[in-house]
Amino acid sequence: MLSKKIGFKLTFGVVMTVLFAIGIFAFFNIQSERKSLLSEVERHANQLSEALKSDTEYDMLHNDRERIHESIRRIGSQKSIDRIRVFNKAGEIIYSSDSAEIGKMVDKMAESCYRCHSAGKPLEQLATKERTRIFRPNPDSARLLGIINPIYNSKSCWTAACHAHTEEQTVLGVLDVTIPLTDVDRNIRLSRIAIVILGVSTVIILSLIVSFMVKSWIDRPVQELLTATRHVAGGNLTYRVEVKSEDEMGMLGRSFNNMTQNLAEARLQLFQSDKLASLGRLAAGVAHEINNPLTAVLTYGSYLLKRAQGQPDTRDDLQIIVSETIRCREIVKSLLDFARQTVPKKRKADINEIIGRAATVIENQLALGRVQLVMDLDPALPNVMVDANQIQQVFINLMVNASDAIGENTGTITIKTGAISLPSSEALQIKRALCPKRHDLVDRKVRIDGKPAISMRFRKKEQTGIIHLNPMYGSTDHRLGDMPSIEDGMELLCPDCSRSLIAEGERCPKCNSPIYSFEVPLKGLVQGCLQHGCGWHCWEQVDSTWNDQFVEIRVIDDGCGIPRAQIPKLFEPFATTKGQNGTGLGLAVTWGIIDNHNGTISVESEEGVGTTFIIRIPVTS
Amino acid sequence: MSMHRDILVVDDEPTVTQAVVKVCSAEGMTVTAAGHAAEALKYLDEGKFRLVLCDIMMHELDGFQFLEELARKGIHVPVIMMTGYSTVENAVKSLTATGAVDYISKPFTADELLTVLRRSLRIGALLDEAESAALPRNGSATYVSYPANYHRLGYVSWVLMEDEGTAKIGVSDLFLKAVDGIKEIELSAPGEDLVQGIPCAVATSLDGAKHEIMCPLGGRILEINEDAQAEPSLVEKDPYFRGWLYRILPSNAESNLQWLSL
Repeated sequence: MLSKKIGFKLTFGVVMTVLFAIGIFAFFNIQSERKSLLSEVERHANQLSEALKSDTEYDMLHNDRERIHESIRRIGSQKSIDRIRVFNKAGEIIYSSDSAEIGKMVDKMAESCYRCHSAGKPLEQLATKERTRIFRPNPDSARLLGIINPIYNSKSCWTAACHAHTEEQTVLGVLDVTIPLTDVDRNIRLSRIAIVILGVSTVIILSLIVSFMVKSWIDRPVQELLTATRHVAGGNLTYRVEVKSEDEMGMLGRSFNNMTQNLAEARLQLFQSDKLASLGRLAAGVAHEINNPLTAVLTYGSYLLKRAQGQPDTRDDLQIIVSETIRCREIVKSLLDFARQTVPKKRKADINEIIGRAATVIENQLALGRVQLVMDLDPALPNVMVDANQIQQVFINLMVNASDAIGENTGTITIKTGAISLPSSEALQIKRALCPKRHDLVDRKVRIDGKPAISMRFRKKEQTGIIHLNPMYGSTDHRLGDMPSIEDGMELLCPDCSRSLIAEGERCPKCNSPIYSFEVPLKGLVQGCLQHGCGWHCWEQVDSTWNDQFVEIRVIDDGCGIPRAQIPKLFEPFATTKGQNGTGLGLAVTWGIIDNHNGTISVESEEGVGTTFIIRIPVTS
Repeated sequence: MSMHRDILVVDDEPTVTQAVVKVCSAEGMTVTAAGHAAEALKYLDEGKFRLVLCDIMMHELDGFQFLEELARKGIHVPVIMMTGYSTVENAVKSLTATGAVDYISKPFTADELLTVLRRSLRIGALLDEAESAALPRNGSATYVSYPANYHRLGYVSWVLMEDEGTAKIGVSDLFLKAVDGIKEIELSAPGEDLVQGIPCAVATSLDGAKHEIMCPLGGRILEINEDAQAEPSLVEKDPYFRGWLYRILPSNAESNLQWLSL
């Protein structure tokens, strides 16, 4: 299990590499240390042997054997010297610091002799290196370094009084000095131990550091991503990876968040297109659940009402129970009617004709209310792609509302159609705007012309504040407050996370000022210039495809009007202005239908003067 | 034990059966309540009922299975199905596929219930008369044979498909006979949408009861028979020809018609 983890693998790999590197380093390091220590010992031994040779030369020439013995014994008894011996040419030990050896013969193949004698004929000249040997007298003793120093014949030798040597001899004997390598070996051992300790501690420390780094930089983010993936796979598209770093892992996390966000939005759109269907199922479920209790209430209520004919007070109370229960029944019914609306089946249609049909449907009701219906229809109105049934429902709803607003009075409903061309600043509302960290900049609490504005924070040195941009794309009617003019050094930030909204490295093609940029989910980047009087803006996905042809329909009544406070909530479900006479679904349905047609619906109303509903439907949608 | 009672009400919701018992008893009808279909079948084995009022959505045996059981056992009794608005399609099916005489949408008032019950009791009686007159009686045979090519929704309403793709809608004669005297007919306006199984017109009988006429076919109203609206007796006199109610543009004729009988 552990071996499957990427953190373990990575740590293991790094540690093995370091172990290998330290191993190689240690090998060469010990090798060179051993070499330098040995050569030091070698040099020392050589010096010693040279010194000994010159020290005893005088005694040799005078054949003062006692003094030579004495010198060799004295020097050889030093702690750092194992043994000093002098052989004659025949291999007999003439002098030795170990007096027990004197007079013994040494085999030519013994370790101190074979260097010269191994080739059969004795060599006469040897380099220092070749005169040295390292050996163990027996397997469990310390190592020794021996150096032989040939004693060459010279004139003073064969002319000396003792006449011990003839002129023909080249080498008279050999001085052999052996030095114990105990210290050297101990040093080498110590440094070997030191290196092993260094290696082990390096490996431990390194593996701790690497595994810590792997854990915090790789393992944890990967785990986090893994958890997030599981969440998303399980359908939780609101799960967000916590991004703490700016490195590739952070980027991965951010793109993952973007991806799930987009996925969530796509799903939301899918869901919204399927919303009516799901609402239908919900309504059916509610209707089913509510029908039985409602049946009991309504049956008992109406039964008691029949029996209470003689008691006016009770009868009136029961009448309320029955009529309110019937109202519940109607609400359930209208929920089901709402649910029956399906995804629009769009065909090319003539709006004027649809209005005509809608008018026929409600003419009877209007006549009762003494309402006059005035048609001011543009005969040259272009056809639009709409679901005629749904659009007709919209007009019926609006005309019924208008007629209700007129009430018992006499009044006029005017329906006016016309073709208009609209810039995006009047027909395209930015409903979501995201900062780089995907905070929604659209602030529902601040509205410009009733539409939630896009908010940003500006900062220039000490000065800071919030500005609100008009959500209608292309509009320059922003609420900039006391923001100073845009120039380098001024920042535009997300109010939530203070991330910069200035497009880095890009400048307004009109006035060369820094520009802002935000993302509209699934629809690309919106950029714009806030320089006073500039108004440059760019939205690639819209700029190239914008069609400014719209059909506008105005439904105007001179009824009671709508209180100003109710206007913002007018199109929300269950917001009725008709008190007990409405279900509150009519305008919500209307809004939903128009939104489905990529159109807009707005309202202008003054209490006591009248109300105008304005619908705009794009000519190609 | 041999019982001879007016109504057997079947619903797994006791509040509903209790309410029905209360309302009907007050009108002098004898009512037995059953909490599930099996219990109702037991009562039907033991005694005789003039009418059964049965919920469609029940656990274990549902309304359809109950009707099948009745047919299998050869029990002849008129059945009214109860259903919510959400299952109107089921109610339509129950009229055609399994021979229920009528249905009522929950929730209902005491008067609405009584209207449907009285009408159906009369239909039951009329059907019995027809039987005793030796007319064949099976799932699809009716009291009076419909004109050819007329699709019918139970004993309530009919549809005639016209060559232009439009359809005419009217009320069946058995329904009118059971209502016995129409004072007034309320129709929807042209342009409105009708949904199969949802009331499309209301007939007020001489006694003041309001009878909802279930729409046999969904579509948009193109034309209403103003003669019939002005003179409701026209509907009674000539229900299949001059007494039609609506001419509609069917919205989904094919799938709607499969639930109607020819």
